[in-house]
Amino acid sequence: MSVEETHENGSASAEVAARVERRWATIAVIIIVAMALLAAFAGIHRATMPQPRVETTDPSRIHLSGEFVESNLGSVLEANGNVTVRAIGQQYSFTPACIVVPVDTPITLRATSADVVHGILVQGTNINTMLVPGYVSEQLMRFTRTGDYLMPCQEFCSFGHEGMWGKVRVIDKTEFADRAKGGGRLSCVGQ
Amino acid sequence: MLANRKLILAHFWLAFGVFGVALTLGAWQMFIRSPIGTWLSNPELYYRSLTAHGTVMGYVFPTLVAMGFGYAISESALEQRLVGVRWAWTGFWLIVIGSIMAVIPIALGRASVLYTFYPPLIGNVFYYLGVVLVVVGSWIWVALMSINLRVWRKAHPGAPVPLAMFANVAGSYLWAWTAVGAALELLLQIIPVAAGLKNTIDAGLARVFFSWTLHAIVYFWLVPTYIAYYTLVPRAIGGRIYSDTMARISFILFLVVAMPIGMHHTFADPQVGAGFKFIHSAFTALVALPTLLTVFTICASIEIAARLRGGRGLFGWIRALPWDNPMLLALAFSFVMLGFGGAGGLINMSYQLDASIHNTQWITGHFHLIFGGAIVIMYFAIAYDLWPHLTGRELIDVRLIRTQLWLWFIGMIVTTFPWHWVGILGMPRRMAYFDFGDPAIAPQALSVTFSAIGGFILLTSGILFLVVLARGMRAPQADAGPYRFALAVHQPTTVPVALNTYALWVALMIGLTLTNYGYPIVTLALTEGTSVPAVYVGAQ
Repeated sequence: MSVEETHENGSASAEVAARVERRWATIAVIIIVAMALLAAFAGIHRATMPQPRVETTDPSRIHLSGEFVESNLGSVLEANGNVTVRAIGQQYSFTPACIVVPVDTPITLRATSADVVHGILVQGTNINTMLVPGYVSEQLMRFTRTGDYLMPCQEFCSFGHEGMWGKVRVIDKTEFADRAKGGGRLSCVGQ
Repeated sequence: MLANRKLILAHFWLAFGVFGVALTLGAWQMFIRSPIGTWLSNPELYYRSLTAHGTVMGYVFPTLVAMGFGYAISESALEQRLVGVRWAWTGFWLIVIGSIMAVIPIALGRASVLYTFYPPLIGNVFYYLGVVLVVVGSWIWVALMSINLRVWRKAHPGAPVPLAMFANVAGSYLWAWTAVGAALELLLQIIPVAAGLKNTIDAGLARVFFSWTLHAIVYFWLVPTYIAYYTLVPRAIGGRIYSDTMARISFILFLVVAMPIGMHHTFADPQVGAGFKFIHSAFTALVALPTLLTVFTICASIEIAARLRGGRGLFGWIRALPWDNPMLLALAFSFVMLGFGGAGGLINMSYQLDASIHNTQWITGHFHLIFGGAIVIMYFAIAYDLWPHLTGRELIDVRLIRTQLWLWFIGMIVTTFPWHWVGILGMPRRMAYFDFGDPAIAPQALSVTFSAIGGFILLTSGILFLVVLARGMRAPQADAGPYRFALAVHQPTTVPVALNTYALWVALMIGLTLTNYGYPIVTLALTEGTSVPAVYVGAQ
């Protein structure tokens, strides 16, 4: 085999290689774009979005004043028909331990931590947020069926972590409106 | 012939020794949290064990493997004696001292903060100082890799750096820079509090610092595995690297885009705004690219080996591969696990999809599949491949090696698949036990049981691995010859400067980190009133 031939073979094989590599690069890019589209679909169609704004709060004072004082925790029916839920996590429980909300209603969960890092996860849904002391977590939720949902703390918060389980009770809209009539903050207590 | 065999063996034995201990702890943890072993009434022991398991598996074990393998690469690929042997030993002993220093408070229950630290939970100061020593020890290795390459360049002006060394040094730079995030968190925030100089800490800011380290560290763990894919596997099965250029591009891409992506770990956190979360999500998508390129290049490389062995047809060549070769077996298992784990990873990094599985057992499943599975199985392969060159003795237990690899693969699948499943059901991770009597949790009992069984399969495999290595130390002597790396189809005679040096890529890596982290860190640091009281572990 002459030197020239070797060279020709070399460039021919290099061309094949380049073509195959290009094809593979295209497949790789398609996979990534498809995942991005799936994420966009979830974000736009199902309104699953990470929290946009950063809000702070002093955990050593939340029990004394501001929106997370004990009397302000729980669910409240707003004038526009939406519901706001306020909750705190502390070693090793949530307050309120059982959150009550109406079905088919836009709900805003506002929560924070009184001590270390905790997390709120509602099983069977994609409601999932961290509670970092010093910061307020906000999450939009909407339940399409009534019933009880388990709400474990999903982040290690020291030795009692495995015992930190809350609950979300989703009830009928009219029943919730009835209970909300007197004003005040609702939780499962008394149900 | 490797000149500093004792140094490399010391790194590997320490790595695999602590790995064995941490693996045993892991199996025990899975057993006691499953319905078959609910006898443990003290979850505190569980979290001690979990902290030790995570700290060893996250910081000590992969770092030592990368270092030992790095020294071996430096000597054999560059064909020059290691420069700075005394410093290398200093780094090794720093890691030994650091590990002991960290493990004592863990064992005493004074540092149960898991390996991600979790401020404002604060453990004993010696735990953090121990981790710092481990990192400092590894930074000595980073410097040595750089110096050794520089010495070689002087002797070989303009010559292409051998691929294995090129990747090795890229990996060391990646580690040096990614460790800075956790180092800043430890030195500026945690250690002053742990030492009692301060009693408040900004937990949100600490989480952002840690995320800087937390994702790129995985790519540091991955680099030795990828070096083995590219430079050991084709040689071991008689093939060639399909494209030397593609390999270099992959390692460079890891160096550049692995860094500025860690905030996808804070998608559900309140202290980071949506904009930066999105940017990090996009960059994480980008980092899938070098892996996809690698999958292609390696498949093409082994296809070459198969066709040289007479393989025919579109897929028929697969049968012509030497399937009894442990290196090929490890590669195949590694790729399967990388495939499942990588698909899970694309879900985790997707801004919105993450919400369904954030912090659930799914995540545990994902990283055990990638790290414990795809990466560690290649660490085994690296050790098997290097052992004869380190001991001057032949590894004769090939059948045992195959069994060990099979068990690791099966164990990893049995462990992690049920984890993915219960994660989708919403099972949170890092829990010492579950109330399987609760009707809402009872259906998960079976999955958790399977995972525990998987844990014991993995433990068996780990023990077999150590047995093979130990027996290898006493096998009959045999000269393994020089340690060689695979050649490319078109072995480069000249390489563009950009693919032979790092200056441009390191500058990009640092620049991208600063743009992707600088603003959030500065804003958080300047925000008033976000420091919260520290909560000391073990305090009354």
